[in-house]
Amino acid sequence: MKSLSGKNGTILLAVVLILVPFWLPLVGGYPDLASRVLIYALAAMGLNLLLGFTGGLSFGHAAYFGLGAYGTGLMLDNYTSNTLLAMLVGTAVGGLAALVLGPLAVRRRGIYFSMITIAIGQMFYFIAVRWNSFTGGEDGLTGFSRQPIFGMSLNSVHFYYLVLIFFGLGALILSIILNSPLGHTFVAIRENQKRLTFLGIRVERYIALSFAISGVICALAGSLNALLDNFASPDDLKYTLSGNFLIIVVLGGMRNFWGPLVGAAIFVLVQNYVSAVTQNWMTVIGLVFVLSVMFFPLGVLGFFRRRSTT
Amino acid sequence: MLVDIFFNAFNGLIQGSFYALMAIGLSLILGLNGVINFAHGSFMALAGYFAFTLVPYTGFWGALFVAPILAGGIGYIVEQLIVKRLYLRDPLYSILATFGLALIMQDLTRTIWGAQGLPLAIPDFLNQPLSDTYFFLTGYRLFVVILAIISTSALFAVLRYTRLGVRIRAGNADLETISAVGVNIYFLRSANFVLGIMFAGLAGILAAGQLGLTPTMGDELIMPAFVAIVVGGVGSLLGSLLGGLIIGLASGITTAFYPAGSEVVIYLIMGFMLIARPRGLFGQEGLFE
Repeated sequence: MKSLSGKNGTILLAVVLILVPFWLPLVGGYPDLASRVLIYALAAMGLNLLLGFTGGLSFGHAAYFGLGAYGTGLMLDNYTSNTLLAMLVGTAVGGLAALVLGPLAVRRRGIYFSMITIAIGQMFYFIAVRWNSFTGGEDGLTGFSRQPIFGMSLNSVHFYYLVLIFFGLGALILSIILNSPLGHTFVAIRENQKRLTFLGIRVERYIALSFAISGVICALAGSLNALLDNFASPDDLKYTLSGNFLIIVVLGGMRNFWGPLVGAAIFVLVQNYVSAVTQNWMTVIGLVFVLSVMFFPLGVLGFFRRRSTT
Repeated sequence: MLVDIFFNAFNGLIQGSFYALMAIGLSLILGLNGVINFAHGSFMALAGYFAFTLVPYTGFWGALFVAPILAGGIGYIVEQLIVKRLYLRDPLYSILATFGLALIMQDLTRTIWGAQGLPLAIPDFLNQPLSDTYFFLTGYRLFVVILAIISTSALFAVLRYTRLGVRIRAGNADLETISAVGVNIYFLRSANFVLGIMFAGLAGILAAGQLGLTPTMGDELIMPAFVAIVVGGVGSLLGSLLGGLIIGLASGITTAFYPAGSEVVIYLIMGFMLIARPRGLFGQEGLFE
């Protein structure tokens, strides 16, 4: 498991992901399921920059995910048939919101920060529900669909590769940031915020920056999610989804770069399987939350890593 | 027009009383237990449904008394089984655990009592309007406000004058020290948790009498309660009370002029507060940070 973070592990992971359309049907999966895993993983990896590496517990990142989804959907609905342009606008809208609201949220730290981020997120939820004429209200935004890119129509498999490209891009950006002095500053803030303040570093600004970057990544994921479903729902903005992203991060292991990918795979599969079997799938998801928090606080990857080192 | 504004403002005040009762319970638990209790809304709904089931046997008044205690009992079990084990960990874990708990409780509530809304029967004499012009001033609404005042006053009295209250306040200030002088902080935190849940339960029954019961009723009230805490200032129960009333009132008055903005205005107030006075109305600087 340790090799997963090394260079060979990354190449192995890339090969596995590229070959998904070939091996997934053999185990009973389908491409859209894999797309969903990557999209949730991308959002959770973005969130993990703030949560796992900077130490900021945001409970409102679905807001930026949802803004990305609505931005993309509204562009395709009203203004353009260029899928990539719509994605760009959606990502920019979500990212901009995170850039503007981050400094507001970081005025407080700790539990307080979580409450503020969740409340900000709910504001967008209510705007989406109430602004019926523009957003489609409670029914969500429909009437758009992903358009061909460079003349190539996007069927499920093609779309999976589109998602994979952006997933790879997002992962690359995140790993460059984490290996740069900026990333080291983020980790240092997580480890000892007081000390950095004494060193004269404007901690608030760095947390706000981490907040904005993670918001952009979440918005990108949301944009892809809207294209996957050809639909944007107020639930994309709701705090429940923020909670899901958090549990995906924790489930996979939040100190691990690829942890959220493992968490997303588990989460999407459990949700998909259980909701097909029983009406009480919420109870099962809730149990996943409670049990993973109580017994796997380091996540699946952290759990195996600890075992292999002891 | 004036009647219209008054009507909406009064509605807002009622709504604000529910927010305030929720916020006070949350604030209590946040203070001593250091936990954002995401399941607060589910406990609230649960107490409402308990009351619904009890009313045929005990009547409204009996249910009003017994249901919060039952909810508190469930709260005690939850605290012992789950929340207690997370006190020493990062707040992230207790937030996620209570969030998962909220999903479970909501789902079970729906399974047991159904997804359809249910009415909670209230005594007839409370249902009468008190005045013809001000038709919205029913006895029940007045009763909600009065009961909210009585219960919060009682809580403040308990915190001010009883041994348990003094210990809770001392624990808020410095848990380690009171543990060192021999206070059983495990018991104290359990008691405090149950107390907070009972406030949620009271809010649930009162809200059910006004708005009816749905499994998701807690969802709609817990977010404004968070905002109430931020506006009022973390660590101050008085702040939570006022915060709840202010945003309820603001939301009500907004309804009179621009109904679609009635929810968003709550969050705008919070944003304004964070810019102008980040610690909230009565918050202490640097608490929980």
